[in-house]
Amino acid sequence: MEYKRLTLVCGHYGSGKTNVAVNFAFDLKKQYSNTAIADLDIVNPYFRTKDSREELAKAGIELICSEYAGTNIDIPAMPQQMYSITDDRTKRVIIDVGGDDRGALALGRLAPAITAENDYEMLLVINCYRPLTRDAAATVEVMREIEYAGGIPFTAIVNNSNLGEETTREDILASFEYAGEVSRLSSLPIKCTTVHDTVFGSVAGEINNLFPLKLQPKID
Amino acid sequence: MSDKVLMKGNEALAEAAIIASCRHYFGYPITPQTEVAAYMAKRMPKIGGTFLQAESEIAAINMVYGVSSTGHRVMTSSSSPGISLKGEGLSYMAGADLPALVVNVQRGGPGLGGIQPSQSDYFQATKGGAHGDFHMIVMAPASVQEMADLTVKGFELADKYRMTAMILADGTMGQMMEPVSLEYDIKPMPEKPWATTGTKMQRGHNIINSLSLVPEELERLNFERYKKYEQIEENETLYEEYMMDDAEICIAAFGIAARVSKNAVNEARRQGIKAGLIRPITLWPFPSAPFKKASERVKSFISVELSMGQMIEDVRLATECRVPVTLCNRVGGMIPSPEMVLEAIKEAAKNGGAR
Repeated sequence: MEYKRLTLVCGHYGSGKTNVAVNFAFDLKKQYSNTAIADLDIVNPYFRTKDSREELAKAGIELICSEYAGTNIDIPAMPQQMYSITDDRTKRVIIDVGGDDRGALALGRLAPAITAENDYEMLLVINCYRPLTRDAAATVEVMREIEYAGGIPFTAIVNNSNLGEETTREDILASFEYAGEVSRLSSLPIKCTTVHDTVFGSVAGEINNLFPLKLQPKID
Repeated sequence: MSDKVLMKGNEALAEAAIIASCRHYFGYPITPQTEVAAYMAKRMPKIGGTFLQAESEIAAINMVYGVSSTGHRVMTSSSSPGISLKGEGLSYMAGADLPALVVNVQRGGPGLGGIQPSQSDYFQATKGGAHGDFHMIVMAPASVQEMADLTVKGFELADKYRMTAMILADGTMGQMMEPVSLEYDIKPMPEKPWATTGTKMQRGHNIINSLSLVPEELERLNFERYKKYEQIEENETLYEEYMMDDAEICIAAFGIAARVSKNAVNEARRQGIKAGLIRPITLWPFPSAPFKKASERVKSFISVELSMGQMIEDVRLATECRVPVTLCNRVGGMIPSPEMVLEAIKEAAKNGGAR
């Protein structure tokens, strides 16, 4: 897949942003040696990019993340190195932003530099199986809230509609009408449809711009 | 499109409460239950309900007391330290025989502890919860689906028996995401002739109070309340048995510990060890009967807990210490791994029931 220098991954709480961002980082690393992933989540102390730190380190992907992520220190902390995202233009960065408008607030400090450089993609991750984004209208409402809080307009959609491990081929195909409607209402293109690699084979060939995902490990 | 939705346990619980006609939520944010409040903040205004972030947990539980007095379904949620703050209110509600749903998504303790999952509020939840003689109906979900199902059931039981029902979840249950189906046949709320809804000059005053001026009267109320508790113990106990038909080693576990233990039981079976699991779903009333029955046959019990060993005491009481009951635990926010539980099963099998 093609990437701008900065790829911002935003969306509704629990839409799968972190998982998508981590998978994008691995894909980007295949194309650029100087690849980083930045965790700017100030909402959720759990399920962070840092959970994948060993795999990221093994792959040589730089992890920009608060040292408090994944610890008992439940504070909305930004990473010390956050300005390297905009200052160090030699690296390509996937930016994992916290959920909803509350999470997008963290972009405020970086937004002027990001828009001034103008080499970014602002991606809206959507999942029609999440209860508060079941339809396109509700999804676009969340989208506008995020744009307002983050100060950066979206440029494309990532259709990550899934039911976790129970996702079937039919669930993915059924999400198309929804994703198309979000695209129509927002005038944004669908950059890709992300699919867990266990069902990837069943829909490959039927969908354009399919992107295989590896789910993060389960708890039990 | 699938009728299922992908939800966090906290969200499923909140939506189930709304489906169960709860229109009043009072709370105060604390990790790992904050999604309950966040979800209610988004949903309640859209359906004409009340979401109110109180100035403290103490304020929130007293708002619950007030709404419950008027006969409406009401809830609050918190995590361990916040539940301690609600203690006084819980006792007052017990003394005033008020129904409500209270949610505790437990985190590591004691004190501020940490934000990772725990089950160390078992004693607090099942042995009263605060001062005075009382019980709450305590239910422990082990999946996101059960977070929702038990919430609906909790409201029904709370109204039926005029008392607090508590969902005692662990942080994992609140945070994990699973597909859920939220289709319920909600029974109409029972009549509440005791509620303070205005006399309309048609009846005498209803008084909601936990203060008794006469000791004899207070004694009578306590005895009556405990008769009600006996009925609940008889009729409302819930549990799940897994591979118990021929089990020689029996695991006792609830919530996330039960899910981990199920994996360990499966692996033990593959290795030829007859392991089984009893999962209490109601922690109060505790399902003593299946444990007692199992104790006549199994060689030993293993209580798998995210605490220093709290439910183990109820297992020992239920089994009258007929066979050994050992503890397999992690604390401080850590979760026992299936491998750790499997090792405990192997150890128990090797000892063959010897102490």
